[in-house]
Amino acid sequence: MIRMIEDVFVKNGLIFSFLLVGVMMLITEYLSKRVFKNKIPGVALAIILGLILAGFGKEKGISNIAVFSGMAVLGGTMLRDFAIVSTALGASFDEIKKAGWIAVLSLFIGILFSFCIGSFVAIGFGYHDAKSIATIAAGTCTFIVGPITGNAVGASSEVITLSIAAGVVKVVIVTIFTPLLAKRIGLVDKNTAMVFGGIMGTTSGVSAGLAATDMKLVPYGAITATFYTGLACLICPSILFPLLKLLTV
Amino acid sequence: MKIYGVAILASCYFAGLILGEILSNIFNIDGNLGGVGFAMLFLILLSDWLKKKNLFHVEYESGIGFWTSMYIPIVIAMASIQNVHAALSSGAVAVVAGTVVTSLCFFLIPVLTKLTKKNAEQ
Repeated sequence: MIRMIEDVFVKNGLIFSFLLVGVMMLITEYLSKRVFKNKIPGVALAIILGLILAGFGKEKGISNIAVFSGMAVLGGTMLRDFAIVSTALGASFDEIKKAGWIAVLSLFIGILFSFCIGSFVAIGFGYHDAKSIATIAAGTCTFIVGPITGNAVGASSEVITLSIAAGVVKVVIVTIFTPLLAKRIGLVDKNTAMVFGGIMGTTSGVSAGLAATDMKLVPYGAITATFYTGLACLICPSILFPLLKLLTV
Repeated sequence: MKIYGVAILASCYFAGLILGEILSNIFNIDGNLGGVGFAMLFLILLSDWLKKKNLFHVEYESGIGFWTSMYIPIVIAMASIQNVHAALSSGAVAVVAGTVVTSLCFFLIPVLTKLTKKNAEQ
């Protein structure tokens, strides 16, 4: 009987993964609201829960266990890249034009700055190959830019995991410290919110952090953060990785 | 028809990935150079152009919007299929890199916001 039911889940792995991720998000949203009082966004908790679940499997995480094999389809590169491309629809060049050159400048500075500092830290921890350094550095941009860069340049799965973790750390720090530091860093109006989104780039962290500061600022930070993700997915593998490769050889 | 929106998204996806492959061939680097980023750029340009021509139906937007709303669930599924055991031994680099970069970014913001103020005064 149990065998039969298990078979149904194994055969319908992708559908089971919808159910599973739905339940995971339900739990982490609840924890975020009730236990952490919105100080840590549900998204960050859900990714951490995902990483914990991955610990139950082997090199392919939880998808090594037959019942959970559908997670490899849902979380695989194809659907991931397709979904991240779709987020670009919310971004329009007219919006960024309105924000002016300072928003565009903050995007480039934000990405280059994160990538450079992230590279130094990776080198400091003894990584010597351009693939690993670029992937960890891209992870400090956002938790999605890391794995996209890692897959694009062919980094190891271990390094890709580290890049996701680095991105999650960023989300948590941005969410907690944005409301505390907002006044000190002059985060008070829509223009500074756009700069903030352009420097930090992590859409979930920026949205959650700004929501705790001033709800009105959220859409302004979110728009530059969306551009950040797109721009970082573009230049991390195509410009910054080859540059790093030239420097490290 | 929502599927038209999804098809527009798919066409941008392939255009971007193919361009990424071509670039990686030209520069002789394995992998796909910026394919996802190019695809996003194409989607922004194509949807903007279609909207200006009044050819972009609201339904298309909801077809693409479904995939946007699946982005976070997909990232969570992605986290659950990682090689965590191998990464755990070197987990410190992730925490240090994330913390150092983010803290320094906070310092950068006042520098840039001062520029916005100067700009506004002018």
